Amino acid sequence: MREIIILSGKGGAGKTSFTAAFAALAKKKVVCDLDVDAPDLHILLDPSDEAREPFISGNLAVIDQDVCDGCGICKETCRFDAVIAGPDGKCRIEESRCEGCKACVVLCPRQAIAFPPRTCGFSAVASTRFGPLVHARLDPGAENSGRLVMLLKQKARKLAEMEGLDLILCDGAPGIACPVISALSGASLAVLVTEPTPSGSHDLKRVADLCAHFKLPAGVIINKADLNPDEAARIEDYCTRNGLALLGHLPHHPDVTRAMVARKTLPEYGGPLADDIRRLWDATIALADTSAKGK
Amino acid sequence: MRVSIASGKGGTGKTTVSAALASIWTEAVGTPVVAVDCDVEEPNLHLFLRPLITDTHIANIEIPVIDVERCTRCGSCREICQFAAITILGDTPMVFDEMCHGCGACAAICPFGAIGAGARELGRIEEGAAGAITFLNGRLRVGEAMSPALIRAVLARLEALLVEREAEPAPDVICDAPPGVSCPAGAAVSRSDAIVLVTEPTPFGIHDFRLAVDAFSPLGKPMAVVINRSGLPADELEGICREASLPILARIPDDRAVAEAYARGRLLPEVSPAYRELTLKLAKDVASFVPEVRHA
Repeated sequence: MREIIILSGKGGAGKTSFTAAFAALAKKKVVCDLDVDAPDLHILLDPSDEAREPFISGNLAVIDQDVCDGCGICKETCRFDAVIAGPDGKCRIEESRCEGCKACVVLCPRQAIAFPPRTCGFSAVASTRFGPLVHARLDPGAENSGRLVMLLKQKARKLAEMEGLDLILCDGAPGIACPVISALSGASLAVLVTEPTPSGSHDLKRVADLCAHFKLPAGVIINKADLNPDEAARIEDYCTRNGLALLGHLPHHPDVTRAMVARKTLPEYGGPLADDIRRLWDATIALADTSAKGK
Repeated sequence: MRVSIASGKGGTGKTTVSAALASIWTEAVGTPVVAVDCDVEEPNLHLFLRPLITDTHIANIEIPVIDVERCTRCGSCREICQFAAITILGDTPMVFDEMCHGCGACAAICPFGAIGAGARELGRIEEGAAGAITFLNGRLRVGEAMSPALIRAVLARLEALLVEREAEPAPDVICDAPPGVSCPAGAAVSRSDAIVLVTEPTPFGIHDFRLAVDAFSPLGKPMAVVINRSGLPADELEGICREASLPILARIPDDRAVAEAYARGRLLPEVSPAYRELTLKLAKDVASFVPEVRHA
């Protein structure tokens, strides 16, 4: 089983456009959108026949106003500033700040704080014109994106096993923290999409360090390469020096946005970029296979 | 006055707008400005403002240290920990530092007072100046998952910095928020007086803009919109803005010259005199749409 994850560090570098384009080209795969905070892949893949499940994870402190006597111990205890004292001294929990740690629950002398499980969003398995899609949505402001990412990966792996598919293609989240770290676990290859801008190369280095930290092989695609050819050359040089395979590049071309507005993937949209995308996908699959053999 | 520049989606131009506003703020509005980069996972504002960093602090999170002499292996700490950060292996209590959220529940309930405070590095807070702009950012340690905790530390440092400046004219604050609408973004925007949402008229941009409007509206703060890469049909975006009564303060054209300037680390007002005018007007509009709030 190969598990390829598309990352970029930076938002807007083109992760989702590449994942969707690769989804159109790859055979026998499950597609998985691990950007649970701002999932966009479904916009291009247009899923149907969804089996949705609520995502319940962790717990939430809830203060019973009738029992609370305003002693303030919960407020002193909470390290996340989630307890707010009202004008009468009674406390309530600001839901979006509650980390679900339970400290206030056990320390409340009046046992006024309940700790119910928390629904944080949903996860879904759906069908698309390119095969199955596993995706999710975290409620705005909700916690536990790392756990939701793990759940999606489990669903994708189970589905791949059941359907006899040998590839999982994942769209990752921006950044380098909780959801991205969860996304890396168990992956066989990271494809890092970057652009030759100060933010693009800065963030590439941070996400490449993260892959190195978790000993995950990585390849790099330089998107919008012609916007700043000097910087693109510096990125190529950085890849060579740091053992990152250069998978290729794509020019800054209006077709990328046009395809998105038409809600099509680049191979479906056609035009001059379709061949480039195919070459990038061939290089990616070849790298995934060599990395698998090297293990 | 404190303004957060936010967006549902990454790559819509938050940093472009934040850097442009910071660079021109004092000229346009007449008050000093502090630029804060709250995108601690991928801080980028410094790449455009190029501040001279004069001060770096390490930001830590408190983690438990178990005194094995006092510990009776009763297991209450393991039981309370909601993040599976404490276990007892055989006879040895163990703390998994990276899993710890620093909530302090274990220390608070340990019946034997056997849990003391240690520290794990979340990242670094950097301070400096870019010309007249005071600059502040956080940089998450690679491998560290708890970005909201570092954002809170950056905002706490901002408070301290504003207090230190009490004697001087109060500066305005421009905060470059992280992308998305989950915990890091919420942590960043929750303490600002107003939010400027940057979006673009593409299906991804519109979808994520809706999420951002839904997520940030309940905060009850004044919100306004900047449309970036303007030029594609934007009826749907404008419709959402009308429905939610969000003023559109500026439209930045989808112009290769802007993309190339950004790729070379240059600021929007530097692209051409027209873009300089656009940014000056935007700064004035941002300043006037926020009700007058001054931090004492």
